[in-house]
Amino acid sequence: MRPTLLEIDDLHVEFPIYNGCLKVVDGVSFAAHSGERLGLVGESGCGKTTCGRCVVRLVKPSAGRICFSSKHAGKTVDLVQPGKEEWKQARTEIQMIFQNPITALNPVFTIRTQFKTALQFVDPKRRQKKEYLVRAATALQEVQLPDPRRILKSYPFQLSGGMCQRVCIAMALASEPELLIADEPTTALDVTVQEQILQLLDALVEEKGTSLIYITHNLGVIREIAHRVHIMYAGTIVESGPPRELFSNPLHPYTQGLMNAVPKLTADVMSRGIPGSIPDYVKPPTGCRFHPRCTVRLPICEQTRPPFFPASEDHKVACFSYQKEA
Amino acid sequence: MDRVSFSVESRETVSIVGESGSGKSTIGYTVVGIYAPTAGEIYFEGQNVAVPVTKRPKSIKRDLQIVFQDPHSSLNPRLPIGKILQRPFKVHAARGKNKKGCGQRVIELLEQVELSPDYADKISSTLSGGEKARVAIARALATKPKLVVLDEPTASLDVSIQAKIIAMLYEFQQELHLSYCCISHDLSLMRNVANRIIIMYLGKICESSETEEFFKNPLHPYSQMLLSSIPVVLDEEEKMKPQKIQASGEIPSPVNVPAGCSFHPRCVHTMDICRRDDPVMGEVETSHFVRCHLYSQQGTEVVR
Repeated sequence: MRPTLLEIDDLHVEFPIYNGCLKVVDGVSFAAHSGERLGLVGESGCGKTTCGRCVVRLVKPSAGRICFSSKHAGKTVDLVQPGKEEWKQARTEIQMIFQNPITALNPVFTIRTQFKTALQFVDPKRRQKKEYLVRAATALQEVQLPDPRRILKSYPFQLSGGMCQRVCIAMALASEPELLIADEPTTALDVTVQEQILQLLDALVEEKGTSLIYITHNLGVIREIAHRVHIMYAGTIVESGPPRELFSNPLHPYTQGLMNAVPKLTADVMSRGIPGSIPDYVKPPTGCRFHPRCTVRLPICEQTRPPFFPASEDHKVACFSYQKEA
Repeated sequence: MDRVSFSVESRETVSIVGESGSGKSTIGYTVVGIYAPTAGEIYFEGQNVAVPVTKRPKSIKRDLQIVFQDPHSSLNPRLPIGKILQRPFKVHAARGKNKKGCGQRVIELLEQVELSPDYADKISSTLSGGEKARVAIARALATKPKLVVLDEPTASLDVSIQAKIIAMLYEFQQELHLSYCCISHDLSLMRNVANRIIIMYLGKICESSETEEFFKNPLHPYSQMLLSSIPVVLDEEEKMKPQKIQASGEIPSPVNVPAGCSFHPRCVHTMDICRRDDPVMGEVETSHFVRCHLYSQQGTEVVR
């Protein structure tokens, strides 16, 4: 069993708005182990990006714990309220790749300047400018970008979407993080470029032993890249397991609804979608958040949030219809 | 776009598939008259309509409609939905005709896309992605068209919402005898939706075939590369994909199209002739056309 690198326990995130409080993440718990690749999958508004942003402290949770096992700090750091020095050390080990590569990069600075800033931040010792550039060029070569010198001199608008995303990946991996969080990194890219980026991420992450949390709404991509997937709905995790097993045998009614709605090459009939719509986060449903749309709901579903029930060794589902009679 | 030719039959869905820079959206816009072609003809029910929309007869304008790619930017965020849906009537109304019937027609349109009548007063920026997509479709249906160009109608939508919109579009096609020209980059979706697939690369058609035949037997190396790159969810689907082709390079800029066959720099089967001569479209199997030197001996050359 690999050591635990990141542990998220009962995470809650609320955003106050004019007429109440949006309870976007409502009790999410999962762990990422060293060298593991996790997928966080769900539709818009399910809270997957918010969870990712909590880990890098772009968003403040309203409750819950996020514990990160930091090598530089030499101990487990609480990422919700870390000490100043602890955070300074731990943050150099976590990197994030954002959804739209052209907007993730600063448009008014060259790639070289941005790379240098990123590397200087992670590596506190003052080094010669040349050293950073050498490291940057090496990183760009690793992501299979031809002519690193030209790329370094360019501005983001001079590069295509695929090239920008490779630059972002290079910047993220150049600092050799323990944990990489990728938030829909290939959504804005063409399908053939997406394939190349996925293979690249796969190879680099495997080689360096980095843990990866891949956030997306694309089930097919997760099947290719992740060891384990968590399906999220309305701020909660409803099912977890190895992707291939989960997709060929979806248990939770929401996952089943999703799988029926995904268009397939086999031309299996596409469903009409899942009836109903995502709940109001200001006044979310009691009990299981999916129950208003669920075809197999039981009376208990309206009152109590279902815990996880194991379906097999690795596969668990948060649904009372899988509760075995005592 | 470069020497593109295809046809759409009544009640057919023809899908134009390609990546960025392939010219797929440009075709859609040219069909509805937003762009005028530099050369060539577009025949709609026998009439040549290869002119900008302002020069087309009114009946043609009504019959050819479009649903734009991004419902967030194609609907005026400050107008109430009712006003957005009234506009086609105001534009196409016969001179002097009384516009009072508009209100009733707007409610009918909203009901057709399963939105309640009170949506007429809502501002479009308060709607969800799926609701906006439905309003965009209702707007296209307002003039009772015969052909609707769908430019990536579900690209920004979640999977479950996409399924609902696709089911709705299919029902409209059956009830209203519509033809669709569906532009997309999503081959898995087109597998389920289209009667015919046309693959485009850098402004040219590489391959054109009936859907089932295409997925059973993709001929052009670019088609094979596209198919082998699609992320799929089931093991059965994985078996249907062609052998993994190492997708290499990126799509060149349309300003700088490679000489000879525009795909040759990225093709695993490049021959000398590919670097020199642009291949012509040939019919290799019945109704299965491909533009590639690998098949130029086999196929009957089609004068295009």
